[in-house]
Amino acid sequence: MRGPAVAIGLPFLLFCGLIAAGFLMPGWLRFITLIALAKGLVVLSLMLLMRAGLVSFGQGLYYGLGAYAAGLGVNLLKVTEALALLALGVAVAGAVAWVLGFLLTRYREIFFAMLSLAFSMILYGLLVKSSALGSTDGFNLPTPTFLGFAFAGTAARHALFVLTASVAFAAALLLHRYLGSTRGYLGEAIRENEIRVEYLGASVRGALHVKYVLSAALAGAGGALTAVATGHIDPDLAYWTTSGEFVFVAILSGTGSVAAPFLGSFVFEMIRTYAFAYSPNTWQMVVGATMLLVIIFMPGGLWSLFRRRPRLVTRS
Amino acid sequence: MLTLVAILVDGVIYSSWLFIVSAGLTLIFGVMKILNIAHGGLYALGAYTAVSAIGSYFAGGYPPLASYALLLLVAVVVGLVFGLLIERGVLRLMYGRDEIVIVLVTYGVFLIIEDAIKVIWGASPYYASQPYGLLGRVQISGLAFSVYDLGLIALASVTGALLWWGLNRTRNGKLLLAVIHDREISAAMGVDVRRVFTVTFVIGAMLGALGGAFTAPTTSVVPSIGVELIVLAFAVVVIGGLGSIEGAAIGALVVGISRASSVHLLPEAELFVIYGVMSLVLAFRPQGLFRRVVARKI
Repeated sequence: MRGPAVAIGLPFLLFCGLIAAGFLMPGWLRFITLIALAKGLVVLSLMLLMRAGLVSFGQGLYYGLGAYAAGLGVNLLKVTEALALLALGVAVAGAVAWVLGFLLTRYREIFFAMLSLAFSMILYGLLVKSSALGSTDGFNLPTPTFLGFAFAGTAARHALFVLTASVAFAAALLLHRYLGSTRGYLGEAIRENEIRVEYLGASVRGALHVKYVLSAALAGAGGALTAVATGHIDPDLAYWTTSGEFVFVAILSGTGSVAAPFLGSFVFEMIRTYAFAYSPNTWQMVVGATMLLVIIFMPGGLWSLFRRRPRLVTRS
Repeated sequence: MLTLVAILVDGVIYSSWLFIVSAGLTLIFGVMKILNIAHGGLYALGAYTAVSAIGSYFAGGYPPLASYALLLLVAVVVGLVFGLLIERGVLRLMYGRDEIVIVLVTYGVFLIIEDAIKVIWGASPYYASQPYGLLGRVQISGLAFSVYDLGLIALASVTGALLWWGLNRTRNGKLLLAVIHDREISAAMGVDVRRVFTVTFVIGAMLGALGGAFTAPTTSVVPSIGVELIVLAFAVVVIGGLGSIEGAAIGALVVGISRASSVHLLPEAELFVIYGVMSLVLAFRPQGLFRRVVARKI
C-alpha cells in the first residue's frame, strides 16, 4: 500500500519536471508538447466516457466549440485574459453538452457514436457556411494576457506552456480523484451491466449525463487551449476526421490511468510530426499503419507497457 | 411548381447515387457488424480507377456506348481486388474484437487508401465526362435534365432489385439473412460464416466502387471525395437503420430529398439539414427507421 504522500508527490514531481523541461526544450518540441497536452485533455474526456462503455465519434464538437468560444471571446467580447477564455470554452461546451445529454444518454454503442458524430457534423456544417466566422478559413486570434500580464514573444510562449501544463495537471488530478470515488466507479459498473446498476438504486442516465457534461467540459478546455496556443481556428476542429483521431489516440493510450491520454497524445503528435517531415505525401498512411499495428499488437494501449504484472506472492 | 419538380428530380438522382453506396455499407454492417469507414476509400478507388479507365478507353477510340460496361467492370474488379485484400489481409485478424476498435481499424485502412490514391494519381482533379455528355439531355416539365443522371436512378433501382432478389429468393441469400439474424446459431447449423463474411465484404466493396465509378463522369474527381462521402453514407444508413437494405433506400431518399430542398431553397443549410434530419430521426427512432429491436442482456 502506497502512502498518500507518494500518490500526490510523484505526479507533482512529474509536473514540476515538465514545467522545467518546457523552459529548456527547443521551440518546436515545446509547441508539440503544448498541443499534445491540450489534445490530451480531449483524449482524457474520451477516456472518461470509455470507462462507462461509451465511445463518442463526435468529440470534435466540444473541441470545436471550446476553440470557437475562446476565439469569439477575444474577437467579439474583447476578453483578453487567457484564463477567462478557457473558462468561456469550458462553459460553452458544458452547457451544450448538458442540453444534448438529455438525448444522447439514451443511446449506447454504435448509436451513441453515430449520433454524437451527427451533432459534430451539424456544428461543422454551420461553421463552414457562416461567412461571419470566416467559413472554411476560420480566423486568427491575438496572444492573450496571462493573469493580467501581457507577455510578448518567447515569454508569451513560455507562459502559454505553463498555463496548459497546469490545466492538464489539474484536470488529470481531479479526474483521478473522481474516478476513484463511488460516482466514478459507477462508470465501470454501467459498462458491465446497466440493469444491475439500476437494481442497486443508481440512476444510469443521471450518472452518464454527469459524465457526458464533464467530458464535454474537458474537451472544451482542450479546444480553448489549442485555439489560444495556435492563434488560429477553423471548422476542421469539428470535422469527423478530428474526432476519429481523438478516438484513435484514446485507444493508443489505453484507459489504465489519467496520465495515459497525455502520453498517448504526445506519442501521436511525435509520430505525426516525423511522418509529416519525412514523407509529407504519405503521413496519413504512416498514421493509419501505426493505428493498425497498435490495435493488433498492443490491445491494451501504450499504458499496458507500464502496468506491473500481478505478483503471485504478496509480502506483508 | 418548377422548383418542386427540380427538387424532386434532383433529390431522387442524388438519392440513387447515395443508395448504391450506402447499400454496400449497410450490407456489411448487417452481416459482419462492422461500420466500414474504408467504404469511403473503396468509393474513391472506384472513382479514380474509372477516370483512368475511361481516359484510356476514349483515347483508344473504342465504341463510346460500351464505356458504361467498362464502368461496371471497373466496379467489379476494384471491389473484388480490394475487398478481398482488406477482408483477408486486415479484418480477418480482428474478428471478435470490440465494434469500436474495428471501426478504428477500418479508419486506419481508409487513411492508407487515401494516401495511396494521392501517391498514384496525385492531388490535382481528374475529369472523365465523356460518358456523361454522350447521352444528352431531356426536358421534364420545362427543365433540362441529363439522361446520364436519370440513368443513375435506373441503375440504383436495378441494384436494389437485384439485392432484394438475391437476399430473399436465393439459397445463398437466405444463408446470409440467417447470419444477419444470428451469427452463432448459423455457425452451429453448419453455415460457413467466414465464407459468408468474405463474400459479403466483397459485394459491399463492389457496391462502394460502383457508386464511385458511376459518379466519376459527373464530377471532378479529387482526393477528398471519400472523406465527404462516408459521413453522408453514415447518415443514410443510420436513418434507415443499420443493416437494413430497405432502410438504406428510405434513408437515401430522405437525405437526397432534404439535401435537394436545401440546395434549391436555402443553400447555406446544406450540410446542416442532412445531419439535422439524421439527429431528428434518431431522436424519435433510436434504432433508425427499419431495425428490429434487439433484446437487452441482463
